[in-house]
Amino acid sequence: MTKELTGNEIKSTLNENYHSLIDSVEADHIVLKNKKEKLLSFFENLKNEKKFNLLSSVTSVDFLSKFVVVYHFTSIEKNESIVIKIPCGESRKEPSVISITSVWRGAELQEREIYDLMGIYFDNHPNMKRLLLWENFDGHPLRKDFVN
Amino acid sequence: MSTELVTMNIGPIHPSTHGVFRMRVTFDGETIIDAEPIIGYLHRGSEKLAEERTYTQIVTLTDRMDYTASMTNNQAYILSVEKLSGIKPAERGVWLRMIAAELQRVAAHSVAIGFLINDLGAWHTPLLYLLREREKILELFEMMCGARITNSYLRPGGVFMDAPDEFWPALNRFLDEMPERLNDIENLLTDNEIIISRTQNVAVLDKDDAINASITGPMLRASGIDWDLRHRNPYDFYDKVSFRRPLGTVGDNNDRYLVRLHEIRESLKIIEQCLDLIEPGPIKPEEVPFLVRPPEGDSYVPIEAPKGELGFYLVSDGGISPFRCHVRAPSLMNLTLLRDMVIGYKIADLFVTFGSVDVNMGEVDR
Repeated sequence: MTKELTGNEIKSTLNENYHSLIDSVEADHIVLKNKKEKLLSFFENLKNEKKFNLLSSVTSVDFLSKFVVVYHFTSIEKNESIVIKIPCGESRKEPSVISITSVWRGAELQEREIYDLMGIYFDNHPNMKRLLLWENFDGHPLRKDFVN
Repeated sequence: MSTELVTMNIGPIHPSTHGVFRMRVTFDGETIIDAEPIIGYLHRGSEKLAEERTYTQIVTLTDRMDYTASMTNNQAYILSVEKLSGIKPAERGVWLRMIAAELQRVAAHSVAIGFLINDLGAWHTPLLYLLREREKILELFEMMCGARITNSYLRPGGVFMDAPDEFWPALNRFLDEMPERLNDIENLLTDNEIIISRTQNVAVLDKDDAINASITGPMLRASGIDWDLRHRNPYDFYDKVSFRRPLGTVGDNNDRYLVRLHEIRESLKIIEQCLDLIEPGPIKPEEVPFLVRPPEGDSYVPIEAPKGELGFYLVSDGGISPFRCHVRAPSLMNLTLLRDMVIGYKIADLFVTFGSVDVNMGEVDR
């Protein structure tokens, strides 16, 4: 059975020097601060040292007060899974987080899909353009304030 | 000798692209030097539509994602709803949906193999052999729920109706005949010299690259990684049945074909075990309300769909429809490395590789 780590277990898995990134520890996930410079080295550490090598899914939720990017990681060796959330775009203007495509190639199309449908920009993504809708499409349909 | 580069559009309407898939391919003579997949022609906004429907209505939307594997789509969605709302499913309902899911895997792999061989140029004979077997499964589905492709068979807590009496002898007859039919297909295809020379060592996918690109399902197992969620994270009653997990050694097109072929046999074994273990009883708990109202929270339950890890990320705000419904579509992720896999090969290998990746555009675009 894949073990779904609790928030506290995820925190104890992480290296001490990344604890300053943690915003809050919840029952089944942790929330990280959107600090772009440090997040990339955190994700590299998560993949290479902590062996969470399979990126199950990247997605996003629009809560109107903020956007949240949700990551599901699985470790094939340890058979464990973790959930990490990063809030962004409190002002609703140009929300952005760091792209993890350079660490996990599997994020490439998913991040493009999020940009397309939710309008969250991923910094340093190699090919940040719309995936499903056409170039001149106005707006991002999965946003809660999208009006057709 | 290099020639002038030619950039060509393949698709979206093309018999070998299995739906409305388009590629912008740059050739040097016949050799591929770049290939960019362009998708979105079948985008229907299912995730947005789900936000305006009740939890039970969304089951019909999931049918239309991977339309060659509706039962497993239903299963992934229902498992996520059950986790979110804390519904404990009825035992007979779970066995019935496991039988349905494994039958669906046989059907989906038959389609995948059939069209792969079709792309190789074995024009329609092997495909029709396999579609004939799939037709029998669709007839079984028709007995179970009245629909052949858009089943909508599952409900939170189990399934919506029990299989009728005439279903069981028909299923047994199918299980008796199918291994013989598989032998026919194997004799026809596996040692065929043309198929071996066209698929062996073509589009080799390294296992580390595969994991890094979130590739799952038969494609990952063909690259030699033993990762099957039915085994590693047994949902429903998969911990009560035993099955082998066929693995590839090279990760080429031939391995991807062989892994699917062997998985069909394993699925048939799982159905036989289900038939021994299923007992009479309710198919759905009485207390599950018609309008499910899960408490606030989110859930994600990955399952092993025929094409890979399929999961629904649901967020509830306590209402009758989800606040957010995201589909982790295996077909989309499996496309990530298509470009890297085909570069350096000939144009004819492009379609074979695309066929061996086995994507379904309904699921890629949603």
